[in-house]
Amino acid sequence: MWRDAGLVAGKDLRIELRSRVVSTQVAPFAVLVLVLFAIALGPDPKPLLQAAPGLFWVSVLFASLVASQRSFAVESSEGARDGLRLWGLDPAGVFLGKVTALCTELLAIGLLLGAGIVLLYGARIHSYGELVVAAVAGIVGLASAGTLYGAMVSGLRVRETLLPLLLLPVVAPVALGGTRAWQGALASTQASSPGPWLQLLIIFAAVYLALGVVIFGPLQEAS
Amino acid sequence: MSRRATWALRVVGIAAVVSVAATVWLGLWITPPDKVQGNFVRLVYVHPALAWVSLYLAFGIAALGSVLWLWPRTRSPLWDRVAASAVEVGTVFTGLTIVTGSIWGRTTWGVWWAWDARLTSTALLFVLLLGYLALRRVPADYEARARRCAVAALIAAIDVPIVHFSVQWWNTLHQNATVLNSNLSPTIHGSMAWTLLLGFVSFTLVFVWMFAMRLRIEKLSDRAADFELEDAIHERWAEGTLEELGEEQGEEQKVEVRS
Amino acid sequence: MFRTPMPPAVYFRAAVALSGRFPALAGVDLVVSKGEVVVLEGANGAGKTSLLRACAGLIPVSSGEAVVLGCDLRSDRTAVRRRVGLLGHSGALYDELTAAENVRFATCSLRSGGARSRRSRSREVSDRVSEALERVGLGGRPARTPAGRLSAGQRRRAALAVLIARDPELWLLDEPHAGLDAEARKLMGETVREAASAGATVLLASHEPEETVHLADRFVTLSGGRVTRERTCGELMGNLGEPPSGDADERARESREATGERGEATGERGEIVGERREVIGGIHVA
Repeated sequence: MWRDAGLVAGKDLRIELRSRVVSTQVAPFAVLVLVLFAIALGPDPKPLLQAAPGLFWVSVLFASLVASQRSFAVESSEGARDGLRLWGLDPAGVFLGKVTALCTELLAIGLLLGAGIVLLYGARIHSYGELVVAAVAGIVGLASAGTLYGAMVSGLRVRETLLPLLLLPVVAPVALGGTRAWQGALASTQASSPGPWLQLLIIFAAVYLALGVVIFGPLQEAS
Repeated sequence: MSRRATWALRVVGIAAVVSVAATVWLGLWITPPDKVQGNFVRLVYVHPALAWVSLYLAFGIAALGSVLWLWPRTRSPLWDRVAASAVEVGTVFTGLTIVTGSIWGRTTWGVWWAWDARLTSTALLFVLLLGYLALRRVPADYEARARRCAVAALIAAIDVPIVHFSVQWWNTLHQNATVLNSNLSPTIHGSMAWTLLLGFVSFTLVFVWMFAMRLRIEKLSDRAADFELEDAIHERWAEGTLEELGEEQGEEQKVEVRS
Repeated sequence: MFRTPMPPAVYFRAAVALSGRFPALAGVDLVVSKGEVVVLEGANGAGKTSLLRACAGLIPVSSGEAVVLGCDLRSDRTAVRRRVGLLGHSGALYDELTAAENVRFATCSLRSGGARSRRSRSREVSDRVSEALERVGLGGRPARTPAGRLSAGQRRRAALAVLIARDPELWLLDEPHAGLDAEARKLMGETVREAASAGATVLLASHEPEETVHLADRFVTLSGGRVTRERTCGELMGNLGEPPSGDADERARESREATGERGEATGERGEIVGERREVIGGIHVA
């Protein structure tokens, strides 16, 4: 299983390095979302600062939506989807590999967005540790749920409209937990204890990672 | 469906109608209005019952059905039908929960919507159910569709407690405690308690009846699909025979030309 | 001399496979012995691709019996995948990876037995990959080109290289000659012959009897999702009006012996389907 995971993760990341879709399309999209929020909430920096953690997490959510789609769009090119099944790869390994690749991409985007809210919204960080833990846990959870749902809709013609409807409600707790946790870590917003929220993020990530490992195999057969 | 099952279903249906009627009568006329909320307290006989049915009963049955379908040893089309029927009826009940909750909120808090724990998590779960229904409508063969929907239902079911607790924390840990956080439940005693219980029972019966009917419809439509399949197979054989005719003629011509 | 009967490589009986609500396979009866080369023919939409995909365990068989390489496809269709190789219409290649990387990815997932060190295993895979690419004529620069930039013929060769590198027990080729130039067709034919002589079973779907007549032991016609006719290559060549070559005759005789009795109502449509072919694997009578 781990070997197959490494294989698939390596393959996905290599494809990304060559095609540069995430870095040239998804990352700018995420930054664009930040800009749009700024336009919507007005030029006065106070509401932006207040809302900064939430806006960060919503942007990450949208980015994960697009990145999950992309992760499986790669497989649909010219019958590649059959390949993963045909070549006898362990489905749990395929799941973990895809989650790893997706995580890496989303962490990079998260870094970019974090810099974005510091620069664009004027946020100031006073506790890096909590920030990083929350971001990592949240993104692992997002990647797991995104890979699961991405696989579910990958063969369908209506996948672009179905994936948001399916994925976003499920990952709403990540947005919730992440926002509250970041509120604690950013100096400029009301501080509420981030402890329980970090727990929530970690539990979410663990649950969906475990679920994916178990259920990805049967799910792949549905195409 | 067997005669006994049909008879049982009829009994449930009648019981449901009777108990709902009794609930309405008791709820609207016999029980007294609340000191604080006035007549709007009568929604307590309806809203919590709807919530219990949609959240626990419907989701629980859907999750159970999905797990039993996914488990190879217990896999059978019945469980797929069970999950789908539970989700569909559950969606109706969840929608009603939200509507009654919203009405109640309007009368008590003055707003049609508020981001209190219950409403928010119910709204999210409603969307999860809608997602399942959307997935079910995607055209696919039986096994693929059942598999996808079972996994979606399982993910949603696992998300239910997560959503519930996270939203609850969100609300209680929120800095500004406003009147929105006040408990909707008034003090219940006497005839109100009995009516409340009756409300739960009657809506549960309504759910069971609708669920069973939906299950039956699903079973019949699967059977119809089987007949369609047989027709499709025969059509396929027929088109095959025509092809062969063409081929043989073509070959005979070829042989003629060569000889 | 009488050898114990070997189980057939492919055994389908009244197999029905659905694609959506459409019965792609509507009751297929087919038995293929190990080491046989069988050509599937039939019009478009007859079910050839679906049959190949069903053999690979990619589409579920909803009723009837389907056993491939000893694995029952109705209970678990994932078990057989490692042991078969499918060459589809569109090669299963990733556009951004080079041909060599594609073949490598497809081969790496094979679990080589024995506790060998990671390095030696990786070296073995590299050797296999470069051999396979050389064999199909993609050594050198084409191997380092991203698959998206290869021509259609080169992509097909790369997909063939995947098959060669994986060396499966059952080869499933879906119209392998389509879109290939003369040289590539020759290559394809040679590869099939090599695979067959190495003991693999080959199932070929083709519209081009001229290419396949020299390769096959048997020709199976599919129509309307069912098998409607089976012929040896001798009979087929008789139909085509070509003088049967000695080689093909020999092969035809062997396959006739190997597959036992087959009640064939030549020229009669519809009756063939009803007959149960009493083929119980290769009963080799030497």
